[in-house]
Amino acid sequence: MASRRVSSLLSRSLMSSSSSLFSLRGKGHLVNRGVAQGYSNLASALEETITPPVKVQHNQLLINGKFVDSASGKTFPTLDPRTGEVIAQVAEGDVEDVNRAVVAARKAFDEGPWPRMTAYERSKILFRFADLIEKHNDEIAALETWDNGKPYEQSAKIEVPMLARVFRYYAGWADKIHGMTVPGDGSHHVQTLHEPIGVAGQIIPWNFPLIMLSWKLGPALACGNTVVLKTAEQTPLSALLVGRLLHEAGLPEGVVNIVSGFGPTAGAAIASHMDIDKVAFTGSTDVGKVILELASKSNLKAVTLELGGKSPFIVCEDADVDQAVELAHFALFFNQGQCCCAGSRTFVHERVYDEFVEKAKARAINRAVGDPFKSGIEQGPQVDSEQFEKILKYIRHGVDSGATLQAGGDRLGSKGYYIQPTVFSDVKDDMLIAKDEIFGPVQTILKFKDLDEVIARANNSRYGLAAGVFTQNLDTANRLMRALRVGSVWINCFDVFDATIPFGGYKMSGIGREKGIYSLSNYLQVKAVVTAIKNPAWL
Amino acid sequence: MAARRVSSLLSRSFSASSPFLFRSQGRNCYNGSRVVRRFGTSSKAEGIISPSVQVSYTQLLIDGNFVDAASGKTFPTLDPRTGEVIANVAEGDAEDINRAVKAARKAFDEGPWPKMTAYERSRIMLRFADLVEKHSEELAALETWDNGKTYQQAKTAEIPMVARLFRYYAGWADKIHGLTVPADGNYHVQTLHEPIGVAGQIIPWNFPLLMFAWKVGPALACGNTIVLKTAEQTPLTAFYVGKLFLEAGLPPGVLNIVSGFGPTAGASLASHMDVDKLAFTGSTDTGKVILGLAASSNLKPVTLELGGKSPFIVFEDADINKAVELAHFALFFNQGQCCCAGSRTFVHEKVYDEFVEKAKARALKRVVGDPFKKGIEQGPQIDSKQFEKVMRYIRSGVESNATLECGGGQIGNKGYFIQPTVFSNVKDDMLIAQDEIFGPVQSILKFSDVDEVIRRANETRYGLAAGVFTKSLDTANRVSRALKAGTVWVNCFDVFDAAIPFGGYKMSGNGREKGIYSLNNYLQVKAVVTALNNPAWI
Repeated sequence: MASRRVSSLLSRSLMSSSSSLFSLRGKGHLVNRGVAQGYSNLASALEETITPPVKVQHNQLLINGKFVDSASGKTFPTLDPRTGEVIAQVAEGDVEDVNRAVVAARKAFDEGPWPRMTAYERSKILFRFADLIEKHNDEIAALETWDNGKPYEQSAKIEVPMLARVFRYYAGWADKIHGMTVPGDGSHHVQTLHEPIGVAGQIIPWNFPLIMLSWKLGPALACGNTVVLKTAEQTPLSALLVGRLLHEAGLPEGVVNIVSGFGPTAGAAIASHMDIDKVAFTGSTDVGKVILELASKSNLKAVTLELGGKSPFIVCEDADVDQAVELAHFALFFNQGQCCCAGSRTFVHERVYDEFVEKAKARAINRAVGDPFKSGIEQGPQVDSEQFEKILKYIRHGVDSGATLQAGGDRLGSKGYYIQPTVFSDVKDDMLIAKDEIFGPVQTILKFKDLDEVIARANNSRYGLAAGVFTQNLDTANRLMRALRVGSVWINCFDVFDATIPFGGYKMSGIGREKGIYSLSNYLQVKAVVTAIKNPAWL
Repeated sequence: MAARRVSSLLSRSFSASSPFLFRSQGRNCYNGSRVVRRFGTSSKAEGIISPSVQVSYTQLLIDGNFVDAASGKTFPTLDPRTGEVIANVAEGDAEDINRAVKAARKAFDEGPWPKMTAYERSRIMLRFADLVEKHSEELAALETWDNGKTYQQAKTAEIPMVARLFRYYAGWADKIHGLTVPADGNYHVQTLHEPIGVAGQIIPWNFPLLMFAWKVGPALACGNTIVLKTAEQTPLTAFYVGKLFLEAGLPPGVLNIVSGFGPTAGASLASHMDVDKLAFTGSTDTGKVILGLAASSNLKPVTLELGGKSPFIVFEDADINKAVELAHFALFFNQGQCCCAGSRTFVHEKVYDEFVEKAKARALKRVVGDPFKKGIEQGPQIDSKQFEKVMRYIRSGVESNATLECGGGQIGNKGYFIQPTVFSNVKDDMLIAQDEIFGPVQSILKFSDVDEVIRRANETRYGLAAGVFTKSLDTANRVSRALKAGTVWVNCFDVFDAAIPFGGYKMSGNGREKGIYSLNNYLQVKAVVTALNNPAWI
């Protein structure tokens, strides 16, 4: 197996690279000039883009347990966000491939073996899969970073371990899916069966390819469903690798089918397929609306949606400012700002506002940007040119609308999709940068005076995904926690994503919850079974 | 109150009424002229029983007041026995929905409803249940008048069930628990189960008050406020109980009731940007429209209770007499106007002939007539549109060569009475075996083994319910799991206790109503994660 070579390659590669400094640092308010300067200093280093310590082994669709070309024979390139260059050509799935995947999933569900295996057997396969993830940790992490641009350390130390953790969590649920027995009003024995829903269509995004895979596959498989999963066209690679590992772990063919491809073709085919019983989607609110419409026009499949956000991060006057600055920075800049729950409206109380802005700016300037394979790098490139251009447009918009650009504001270098950590202060609620999801390394800091005001302003958004609250005051924490109309409230912390904690949106941030016990109901049908009983000893 | 007069009026009305029983005429009854003659003989029935209740509320209930529609428009609600106008009712439209949403928004965002204790909310609901019981005769009479269902059914089954459901959900109000959750690090994790906000609810005409209870009960128990749209065929009883809710102490704006039509009032509710949740019961086609409107507006979560073509499976070891009686009940109950009607009666070949003979005999004995008359089992269909649709399906059954065992025609020439109709030798590919007829038309199909009947029972876009008749434990267990249906009744049918969840697989809907499961529909889950310093345990 290639994977065995990988970890040694990887450690060598990391060690050898550690000597050359390769961190780009944003240059504060001298932005435009400074960055060009900074970049020219580093131009030679950028040319020495680190060669990822992994090979692409799988670039075909995974259907019915086999890697196969797309029906059309077409492929599409997946690009390295560090350079925009092609990593590999990947099979491009379309309607016909989705149909084939659904046939395989349908068979594995309707005829078995998956829902007819014991829950214990299913859980053992998921546990073995988690073990294999750990065994291939570095290889998987390298592939994830290569395709997505996120720091390798984040992939290897946080995300891939979290992948194993989420699968162990749901493996543990498999044999704990209980129905109920229910009191009747007469001589009837009433029970509810919590049954698998059938074939689940799952459409995942590019920002956390494998973590999103685990949030979707974990509960679906634990509950006994079969799956057709569509990956994002920007990041098709890591799912195909773990798909192979799933089969190595003993997953029967047809239970998980993975189709790479594009939204309007493969994605739409899943959402409107008449033989898919459920669809789960993570992505933008606009696409979420399309998915739900396709479900409504086809077979009314149940839909869960995890969509966009514009999450408030509220720093009250009594907060530990240094900690709040650090976490507000993390809340926004983590993963190149490409998080649906990014703390993208930093509300700071007027009494600590100036101090906060100064420190937030200093922290942003300090942020280490560069080749994500380099050790110590905090920020890699944005995922692709489309996102890159969109973010730069929002930055220009912020400047044009009179917000104060404290740091950053431009791209880094001339190759790939690096953007300077950018901080705006004096942001007003009606500016586009305070309303739209930017999905990039752009922090917008807003000032507030009192709790009533900040509650009203924080809730004045079509989104309702998450919020951060920073305070030492119990009453403030308790009040905000109830008043904020969002699915997650992090108090004196942010982005805590344990497997047990449900995640999802209020309002137009989505429908349903993933992770935790709550995600199970997305993949279960409830069947009430009522049996007439004669001469019951009790009712 | 008019209500106090009602019970005495009602009993007088019953005793005074002349016999008004229609009996269908067996194999001859497809002959229209004969039916008319038969109907003519009971023409003492010019004395259609006068309902012992007055229509007191015909306006929209918005923000605690009964008000005219913004447009001033009204529409007639008709008596299904005669097609005549009972009353003209305010016709709500987009502007009325806006006003109702504004009132509900205020009662939610500023309170008092979600800011009251759960105990206070539960006591209002309990008081409401008491008032429903107190006014049960008046409510039952109004329901029968507007819908055509038998008064006895309304009085002895449905109105008590309304009170029962509100007591059930009143009991849930102070038992909505969130969880504390184990974390992987130094965090205190809890989930709050919060009310979702303003719920839009659209209910059908077949069980107006029961559907009201299924929707309003859990929404109020969870602390939501409501804009409810009634069916244009049956707007009257909801207003009446809306008044009772105010009497019980419900604050203004918490429950707003708008009568009107789907394409206007219903659509504006489904696409409203300030409505946080939508629950709909009705046809699958309309359910698709509702979900599309939610998708193209603000992505409000939608629960849907839609159509069905539920199998009723009689195995060779079943108690045939009981199966015949329950299969009859499963189909003909409420004039066949049930989304979960047992409308595909699958009978094992060994007992098929006996079953068909007895099912036909039972249908012939079914007592059809003025629903206010005592002893009547079946009243008129709801309106001319449904009536015509059912008659069309009967013709389709005949034309596709199913055997018409009995019924098949209209009864009388006034109102919407249809003869209890039984088809045998029905094949899976006939329209009457595929579409939801929503009328008193039983389709009997033959099967020979379990594998076959499971496959055929599941071969439908619907998946709402199923009946299984057998004495074999293995058969019951196997079929219960294999059927793709939200409810399986074994040796029983239409058991609708408050605690039993109800809802559909496949295109019969999304989500469950009743029981503990319905609470989820009206709650948002909020995860609250707090950093811990120096925790004693994790």
